[in-house]
Amino acid sequence: MDAQPRELSYAQAIQEAMVLAMEADERVFLMGEDIGIYGGAFQVTGDLVHRFGEERVMDTPISELGGAGVAVGAAVTGMRPIFEFQFSDFATLAMEQIVNQAAKMRFMLGGAVSVPVVMRFPAGSGTGAAAQHSQSLEAWLGHVPGLKVVQPATPHDAKGMLLAAIDDPDPVMIFEHKLLYKMKGPVPEGHYTVPIGKAEIRREGRDLTIVATSIMVHKALEAAQTLEGEGIDVEVIDLRTVRPMDRETVVDSVRKTSRLLCVYEGVKTLGVGAEVSAMIAESEAFDFLDAPIVRLGGAETPIPYNPELEKATVPQVPDVLRAARDLVKGAR
Amino acid sequence: MARTRARAGTAKAGANLPFLYRHHDKDALKEALYKMHLIRLFEEGAEECYMRGLIHGTMHLSIGQEASAVGICLPLTDDDQITSTHRGHGHCIAKGAEVSRMFAEFFGKTTGYCRGRGGSMHIADVSKGNLGANGIVGGGIPIAVGAALSAKRLKNGKIVVCFFGDGANNEGAFHEALNMAAIWKLPVVFVCENNQYGMSTSTERSTAVKDIAERASAYAMPGVIVDGNVLSEVAEASHEAARRARAGEGPTLIESKTYRYRGHSKSDRNRYRTKDEIEDWMANRDPIALYEAELKALGIVSQDEIDAVRAAAAKEIAEGIEFAKESPAPVTADLERYVYTEPA
Ligand SMILES: Cc1ncc(C[n+]2csc(CCOP(=O)(O)OP(=O)(O)O)c2C)c(N)n1
Ligand SMILES: [Mg+2]
Repeated sequence: MDAQPRELSYAQAIQEAMVLAMEADERVFLMGEDIGIYGGAFQVTGDLVHRFGEERVMDTPISELGGAGVAVGAAVTGMRPIFEFQFSDFATLAMEQIVNQAAKMRFMLGGAVSVPVVMRFPAGSGTGAAAQHSQSLEAWLGHVPGLKVVQPATPHDAKGMLLAAIDDPDPVMIFEHKLLYKMKGPVPEGHYTVPIGKAEIRREGRDLTIVATSIMVHKALEAAQTLEGEGIDVEVIDLRTVRPMDRETVVDSVRKTSRLLCVYEGVKTLGVGAEVSAMIAESEAFDFLDAPIVRLGGAETPIPYNPELEKATVPQVPDVLRAARDLVKGAR
Repeated sequence: MARTRARAGTAKAGANLPFLYRHHDKDALKEALYKMHLIRLFEEGAEECYMRGLIHGTMHLSIGQEASAVGICLPLTDDDQITSTHRGHGHCIAKGAEVSRMFAEFFGKTTGYCRGRGGSMHIADVSKGNLGANGIVGGGIPIAVGAALSAKRLKNGKIVVCFFGDGANNEGAFHEALNMAAIWKLPVVFVCENNQYGMSTSTERSTAVKDIAERASAYAMPGVIVDGNVLSEVAEASHEAARRARAGEGPTLIESKTYRYRGHSKSDRNRYRTKDEIEDWMANRDPIALYEAELKALGIVSQDEIDAVRAAAAKEIAEGIEFAKESPAPVTADLERYVYTEPA
């Protein structure tokens, strides 16, 4: 029927999810620094405060640890808070509440409570904000049992995964790449969810599997387009969820293509790609590999300010092209 | 402020009757005494089980702080909530937990409050409003504020009491949480149980203000100091703070000055304080002895009744330990349960 779905930006899609959830459920409310009249550092909450009032679009003091703890406490006692960090980097100030409290409370209490809190983290580099406002810390939180960690790459998924997160009884951490906020894409109207823990094959191919996260999905797709002209048929998997990771989709793909390239923005060592690689190395897909697994991740450095240096810190399309060609042509 | 045994027992019936005796009938007063004994005997029982190798890990005993836990919880209903600390056995009992299930938890059994996953440091009884002890100093303070936010939004009439120690008042979480509770006027009572030490470090060495209650003024809330070893004083402050919270007047900070008799945890060699200091508190300011002296001086209970209360508590403890011993242990196959909420 509706052949041309409407397009929204990634930020608008998130906002729409929050609106739907708040309209449907009185318990859902937003907390964060400057999310009210200011509209949020990235205008994700926009003018929602005018629509829902200050009680449901709550400005917090600049208190990340305390704010996260308030969200956790509200979640265990019947509310459905969505807590926005102004920058994902500030998760470092709230690790106590995220890692020691939110993630473990259900377990420590032998299942007596659930912690249905959603935390949103504007993440990633590319804005010139330098070392303390550009990190990709999803692997940090992905290391913690009890948390669910997602990285939606499209407006469609940003809305659907946020709605899934709000419905989820456990703490869900959403890493949103700042450069994606303005990206537009088709977003269905109304309520729908994108399952947490399920990767998506963005492009089918025979020669090589690229597992990418967040903004790297788009770089991988761009590279795949170019490689198609060179006769290299690339399968691109959008991992979407860091924890719990979708083993099946990745293993099936690598069994088919026999080659794996991981592309992610977080620091390469001990990052998401390390886990994907290990997962394949331990799996039945290992015997199908025709080449060593290759990881393209963030450089082993803080994110620099200088724009050229900044770009050089994270994988770019030419890096993906080079790695893919080497892999397929057997240069490695 | 400090009440000593010499001063206790001087309370007289009539107009100057202390708060507690004006607001609670004999049954309630005896129940409070029962709970204080239950806490003391629970701690002693847990300690003994630990010494005998029946309980592993570590534990933080609250012997000497019983009036604080019981007095603070007196005005609370079963629906009201608390967050507790690593030294939380007393809070748990004061809030209505069954000692049998607490022992079972310490023994790591499936019948324990946390099915053996939490132990002493995470003891909780959500059914009675205890959201849990905490292994992180100050960890429960923002959570209490969140629970109070829920209560206000859900208009369910609950109030939240947040226990923490003197050591915790130097954590950032304390300051962030008190500020938020104040700006949002939340129904929460902050209770700093100042037992004068955070592990080995005295408040004198750790804390810039003389009384922690002074810090309340930085967050525009009342700061009240009570002798934490005198049940009536604690109860009176708690009563007023709970009234404020229920009336929508916002948070209160109560500093309950008290003392722990035992070491910080099982590994403490007590090198930072003198034996004299400990013995002075035990001999002259014991909260149970002070309360019993008052009860007797006011002619409310006889020594025989006190003995009967204590004996009943001892019986409950003995039965609790038996229950724990006989309870089943968890199976290793269930290791990964309760990490996430199981689909219904
Ligand atoms: C964040 C944190 N830092 C340090 C510790 C180790 N620790 C456990 S209890 C404690 C002392 C706490 O003192 P206080 O808050 O006064 O409570 P008390 O033990 O006196 O009841 C310390 C240092 C911890 N558990 N958590
Ligand atoms: Mg202390």
